[in-house]
Amino acid sequence: MGKLKLPQLTLVAALLYVLIKVLSLDSVGALNGYFMIIINRSLIFVILTVSLNLINGITGQFSLGHMGFAAVGAYVSGTITTLVLKLSPDVVSNYPIFIGAIILGGIGAAVAGLVIGFPSLRLKGDYLAIMTLGFGEVIRIILNNIDYVGGPRGLLGIPKFSTFTIIYVFTFFTIVLIRNLIQSSHGRAMLAVRENEVAAELVGVDTTRYKVLGFVVGAFFAGIGGGLLAHLLQIATPTQYGFYASALLLVYVYAGGMGSITGSIIAAFGLTFLSQFLQLGFDSLSSITGINFGSEWTMVIYALLLILIMLYKTEGLMGMKEAKLLVIEEGTK
Amino acid sequence: MSALLSVQNMTHYFGGLRAVSNFTFDVPEGAIYGLIGPNGSGKTTTFNLITGIYRPTEGKILFDGREITGYRPYRIVHRGVARTFQNLRIFGNLSVLDNIRIARHFNFKAGLFGSLLRTPGALKEEKKVREESMQLLEVMHLQNRALEDAKNLPYGELRRLEIARALATKPRLILLDEPAAGMNPKEVSDLMDLIRRIRDEFKVTVFLIEHHMKVVMGICERLKVLDFGETIAEGLPEAVGKDPKVLEAYLGKRGA
Repeated sequence: MGKLKLPQLTLVAALLYVLIKVLSLDSVGALNGYFMIIINRSLIFVILTVSLNLINGITGQFSLGHMGFAAVGAYVSGTITTLVLKLSPDVVSNYPIFIGAIILGGIGAAVAGLVIGFPSLRLKGDYLAIMTLGFGEVIRIILNNIDYVGGPRGLLGIPKFSTFTIIYVFTFFTIVLIRNLIQSSHGRAMLAVRENEVAAELVGVDTTRYKVLGFVVGAFFAGIGGGLLAHLLQIATPTQYGFYASALLLVYVYAGGMGSITGSIIAAFGLTFLSQFLQLGFDSLSSITGINFGSEWTMVIYALLLILIMLYKTEGLMGMKEAKLLVIEEGTK
Repeated sequence: MSALLSVQNMTHYFGGLRAVSNFTFDVPEGAIYGLIGPNGSGKTTTFNLITGIYRPTEGKILFDGREITGYRPYRIVHRGVARTFQNLRIFGNLSVLDNIRIARHFNFKAGLFGSLLRTPGALKEEKKVREESMQLLEVMHLQNRALEDAKNLPYGELRRLEIARALATKPRLILLDEPAAGMNPKEVSDLMDLIRRIRDEFKVTVFLIEHHMKVVMGICERLKVLDFGETIAEGLPEAVGKDPKVLEAYLGKRGA
């Protein structure tokens, strides 16, 4: 069964890639540079949201500091590539180094995940949330105080390695790998921890191991996402990875559905686009009517829409369900 | 018969309350052993101590001659002790099949990277786990429910699923905490057959807590009676049933 499904997903992903590429051609002109920026950002947020979902939705832990992991990835990879660029300014030939830097950023974040994962063993629910919130802030403040990486100004002059293709490929692999993990024996052990920790232990699951594993794997992919973001925006500042951004990821996870990768993808994409469209809508409404509606109202509408989603879809858009394309075999969550 | 489980001078305090007091007993291999006593007499605490949820304040627990006192619960499961709960602890949002597969997990040999990359080795392991789990579901007459969410099962089937899940860990000893609770007479007699089958076909020693006297007297070969954390009687069901201390503490209330 699994052998048939994987090419199907790959095929759809490839078609989608070609479609976006064609639409973004200058001669077609359906997707201008502005849209491509939003698409790139959305894709990175898909990586960040799916990886947070692994911690919060699948393993049942609670992380309010997910952007802290992304920051580690952004700064580690950003530092490496800026250094390399100084030594040899030929950007194109440095792509392998860039890929390596992104993965090292992921590994750095995974180490942070390991560090944060162990205290999490003693804490649950609200207490764990507060601790992870503190972790995110600690990372932010540390970065603020390291002059080597620019302090509060941030890391500047990061080379622009994150093209649409690069981001797309990384997003695709993140989704596939996390799906593979969730729908494996190891993933089911993580789900068991979420469902009932005592029962999980008493059917032989080493709950300690799987909680830490959830943090480590989730942090790794967050680090990848952070690295890509830094090489897209060409800057990494401590505030980008602060509490506000972490809370936003949490909103995406809940709105999409705890434990559903499909939901995380839809929410990260849908909500990023929604906020942009609201902005555009307000701006054009202002210019048509001549009355200034004020773009600050977009956030109010956005928040109201979120409240409505949560009211009418308490479990998020997808609940715990996955799209068929992402299900390897029946009867698996 | 040698002792599969041996509890020696086990005492446990919750703060100042002595929940289990100087408890010593052996569960022989191949037995159906019953633990009874009024509410609050320390039965479930005893199970929690044996399975590692609590660590006994004093005393020792030996399984198959080796000490397991203070082990983490999952390690005790790996040694061959499985259990069910008085108030079910099913993974409700997961399928019936997944409930069983999780219990087979510790025999899963493929590593994390194998699963991430779906290597042939990992897929072979997954297939084995799935096949074994389906076989077990068939034996427990739950195969038609395999892909349903466990929370949608009726109560009697949930009880069966929990026993199936415990058996999926391939235990040598199974602890059943009030397996007949909330069951109708038909379900109770099915359960009694099932418990006998667990011992005779699966070759698993059974240690159970039960209030249902028909079950206790019908299938237990040896009984231990607790009251306020202390043993007040032990022996064959017929003898225990006539013990005046037991009648006073437990059965006496029913007779009155």
